[in-house]
Amino acid sequence: VSASAVAAIPRHNPVVSVTAASVETLQALGELRAIAENAVASAGLARLATFPAAMTTTTLALIVAGGSFGAGLLGALTGLGGGIIIVPMLTLLFGVDLRYAIGASLVSIIATSSGAAAAYVREGFTNVRVGIVLEVGTTIGALIGAALSGIIPPSALAVLFGIVLLFTAVRSFQPRADHELLHTPDIWSERLRLDSTFPTPQGMQPYSVRRAPAGFALMFIAGILSALLGIGSGIIKVLAMDQVMRLPFKVSTTTSNFMIGVTAAASAGVYLHQGKIVPSIAFPVTLGVLGGALLGARLLGTANPKRLRQLFTAVVLVMAFQMLYRGLTRTI
Amino acid sequence: MSAPERLSEHQVEQLIGRLLQIGVLLAGAVTLIGGLLLLREQGSAPPAFSVFHGQPGNLTSLIGILKGVREGRSDSIVQLGIVLLIATPIARVAFTLVAFAIQRDRTYVFITLLVLALLLYGLLFGKA
Repeated sequence: VSASAVAAIPRHNPVVSVTAASVETLQALGELRAIAENAVASAGLARLATFPAAMTTTTLALIVAGGSFGAGLLGALTGLGGGIIIVPMLTLLFGVDLRYAIGASLVSIIATSSGAAAAYVREGFTNVRVGIVLEVGTTIGALIGAALSGIIPPSALAVLFGIVLLFTAVRSFQPRADHELLHTPDIWSERLRLDSTFPTPQGMQPYSVRRAPAGFALMFIAGILSALLGIGSGIIKVLAMDQVMRLPFKVSTTTSNFMIGVTAAASAGVYLHQGKIVPSIAFPVTLGVLGGALLGARLLGTANPKRLRQLFTAVVLVMAFQMLYRGLTRTI
Repeated sequence: MSAPERLSEHQVEQLIGRLLQIGVLLAGAVTLIGGLLLLREQGSAPPAFSVFHGQPGNLTSLIGILKGVREGRSDSIVQLGIVLLIATPIARVAFTLVAFAIQRDRTYVFITLLVLALLLYGLLFGKA
């Protein structure tokens, strides 16, 4: 794995220094443009690692499992979800066909989402009503996205993936501020009884839910993206629930996690029938990501989340420009 | 909300947590067994997933997969593990449906039924 994207990030990388400075978002965005120009220039040079002819299915399965383990670990430790770096890793580093990579990634997302949900659901954060209502939007979106994935050319998917990765990088270093809780239900919240309570150190806190239709629309888009790109779309889901519907942040993240597994299950079923799930690639990815995520959940609290988020952002940025480059030059 | 109702809700959450755990562990174990068998059989062959060519019937339909498993095909065993994994969140939704039905919550029985139908459609028919 010589031309590894991870190896291409030296310690003095500007991405790391930008995030380390924890400057205001606007200022950081300005610097991001400079990084973007650098990365685009280097993207042309960094080519896909070509494997020796002696490479066997076993060797590649082991390497893929190792890489997936790292992605799962990083995803769990940063809380940002490793799903988004699986597909670029498989296609850019290991030369896996984009469609097979997306299929394998979808399956691994179900594994990590369900594994994490097993722990979350008992803590009482997840708002099951909100989750199931929005699931209607994500599953319809996922089925449409899975159908569209057979029509949209891989190069266009790669460009879309690059844009989503860029958005992820930008979001990952925006500070999350806790907003005030609302206590007056709106008409949709009242009709669907979406308001609930969540555990805090001061006991159970009630909260109201806003703008369910707008949240629903965003979930439809999240479902399409999830199925098209093999990602959990957790960022959009959390954005919709936290910012638009005004759910408490912890409720948004756990409910998003619940929904990610269901959304991915909808499109993974279609992918299976489309012949996009290959056993020899899906099994090392799934087991690797699951193992990494389980270890990550154990290590949580011992690792430095800030530095890991910087590393994650850097990896996502490099992958974003690689995917854009490969998509635009139609070399994917 | 009355006390016994809250207790049952808590129990439902415990059950869902256990269900997810069992689903993931079972799916993971089947996938691992199939994967190891797969590598023992075809491990020394060159990797073949850099070009998209679809997959044969024993790997794409539920009936084909089950038939392959009965014939002892390692790649079908991996696919069975993956189907179990896909079934795990679907089972969770089905469980939620039961919980809403017990609470006689008609609106949510309907909404959950809709989600379940969409999910089963994707897994069983796969033509969106």
